[in-house]
Amino acid sequence: MKLKLNKKDFKPFLQSLIEEYDLFAPVQLVEGVSVFKKIDHPDEVDLSTPNPQKPAKELFFPQSETMFRYEKAGEKNKMTSTEEVKRERILFGARPCDIEAISIIEKVFVGEECTDVYFFEKRKKTTIIGLGCNHPLSTCFCSSAGGDPFLRAGSDLFFIDLGEAYFVELLTEKGMVFHKNKFFKEADSKDLTFVKELEEKAFEKVGYSIPVDGIEKRLNLMGESLFWDRVHEICMGCRICTYLCPTCHCFDIVDEDEHQTGQRVRNWDSCLSSLYSLETSGHNPRPTTRERTHQRLMHKFNYYPKHFGQVACVGCGRCILYCPVHFDIRQAILWTSSKRPRGLEGGMI
Amino acid sequence: MATEDKRKTIQDKIREKAKDLLSNNTVDVIIGFGEGSLPLRTTPRFIRNPEKVDRLIWNSFCENNLSTYLHKLGQFKVGLVVKGCDARSVVALSLEKRFKPDQLYLIGVPCQRMVDRRKVSRTVKGEILQAREEGDLIYIKGDGFEVSLNRDDFLYSSCQVCIHRNPTHADVLVGDPVEESPLKETYQEVKAFEKMSPEERWRFFEKETSRCIRCYACREVCPMCYCTECFVDSSNPKWMAKDLSPADLEFYHIVRAYHQTGRCSGCGACERACPMEIRLTYLTQKLNMDVKELFDFETGIDTENLPPLSTYEIEDKQEFIK
Repeated sequence: MKLKLNKKDFKPFLQSLIEEYDLFAPVQLVEGVSVFKKIDHPDEVDLSTPNPQKPAKELFFPQSETMFRYEKAGEKNKMTSTEEVKRERILFGARPCDIEAISIIEKVFVGEECTDVYFFEKRKKTTIIGLGCNHPLSTCFCSSAGGDPFLRAGSDLFFIDLGEAYFVELLTEKGMVFHKNKFFKEADSKDLTFVKELEEKAFEKVGYSIPVDGIEKRLNLMGESLFWDRVHEICMGCRICTYLCPTCHCFDIVDEDEHQTGQRVRNWDSCLSSLYSLETSGHNPRPTTRERTHQRLMHKFNYYPKHFGQVACVGCGRCILYCPVHFDIRQAILWTSSKRPRGLEGGMI
Repeated sequence: MATEDKRKTIQDKIREKAKDLLSNNTVDVIIGFGEGSLPLRTTPRFIRNPEKVDRLIWNSFCENNLSTYLHKLGQFKVGLVVKGCDARSVVALSLEKRFKPDQLYLIGVPCQRMVDRRKVSRTVKGEILQAREEGDLIYIKGDGFEVSLNRDDFLYSSCQVCIHRNPTHADVLVGDPVEESPLKETYQEVKAFEKMSPEERWRFFEKETSRCIRCYACREVCPMCYCTECFVDSSNPKWMAKDLSPADLEFYHIVRAYHQTGRCSGCGACERACPMEIRLTYLTQKLNMDVKELFDFETGIDTENLPPLSTYEIEDKQEFIK
């Protein structure tokens, strides 16, 4: 169903969502730094940057999440579960890369054998309104990683910014709930043509220059390559690339307790931290950034594809933008390939 | 000599020196700066082959403190490209016996102060696709715009207040020493902070730390943060929770800063690394100011004496004991 939402109706539309749902959208914390947050007022929503620093995964897999609370009361122990999501939720303004990443995490957390109730409950109760990416950045390589700036998969509704209005598509059952929304008008053929133009322009900008295709097999052959001795060198071992990565999903479970009460908490963890692989004996099988960088790249481009048939990277470019030493994952991918496009050769080895 | 020529000369001399050091086996590896894949960025570059020294560059974006890599390279002889602040970190580390003096060769660059890429990006509308330095100007091209900016208007705040731009104790200086005077009053950031009421100061600190995502980039990029086990990671004793509770975020940032007393060179790497752009240097600047006023000590200038809080003498003043 092809609809549109005039910009003058945008805030009233958001307000109507707030009344019925818990609405999550990008919010600017300070100039240039934004995150997805629960919205209390439509004015808080800020769509000026393509991607907030922290990806939308946080809504389904929070950085820090209480799994249950416990209390020792006399001879009895009381446990309170915390996974229930009481109100239906809407995620608005996530880009196709972040939405694709949610489905990548979902493959790990929701399976036939076992399901992570915390993730699943949130996913089930969330309607996703994706936003097309009219102006991908130079660091974006979603098309190379199997996505594209206007990928609809994963979205229930899809918005495309036409300037004066948003073009609106209802894509799923959850999306069809909105088919009689009073703010949506019928879109015309001019709008459709404009959408096509925007898509073509964005596709052209993103291009297909990064050889992600076939990387799983290339890495299979690179067991003890000099590549691994060099690629990690500049890494200083912080967790930015993994925490800001929309597909990274490692966690650490700890009990935070005080006297007779406490809670079991699940926090994001990062394979780039030395603590991640430290064993109780004191032995660390991944003692340096070499083994940790190996893990990061292999998990994304070899282990995950082996299990799920796609790479665990959506090409959002956050790790490139925010790395303090400017480790560029595109170059790492290029160095695994013999097909290096001109001008992107770099000189690692 | 024009700024541009100076940069070029420095770059040539870095390469020349690097080639010498590698050719005659004085060092195993040179760590300097290389071209980044994005405009306004460089990346640390490790060079082992004397034929590849042309990959080393010098410009206004050589912002990393490379001395942090010394912890990784214990068994190698390293040639390190250092600015004034980086060289001071090296001195501080050598006082803490982090490496043997003959393991290290310092290629010192009198620093022209570094340009804050975030400030530049925020001045223009749209993404920057190309940048080029010419003299004191930075020419910027983006999708549908082109501007030239004066580099001196976009310097890192830590660079604006710097009074030690010439590397001390470098083995060689590649470039003429620069005049040592700050562009802004040295402790201006912390003095402004001190003028606030305690409530205002708390609110500022609380607001800044609330954005922390515990990526520990501020810790990892800091040459002085090298504990085998950081207090935040310790599980026995457990000093703090691992979640995002405000008290723990605040605790982390206070203690991280405190551990730098008399050890921080003020390079600003912590603040630059933060993806959430948390202001951090006003905390370490306060400690630097106090150490200077109370003990007349500045990190990395004195090669003999340990930082005041790392040492003890029987004659130490003890008025604080009541």
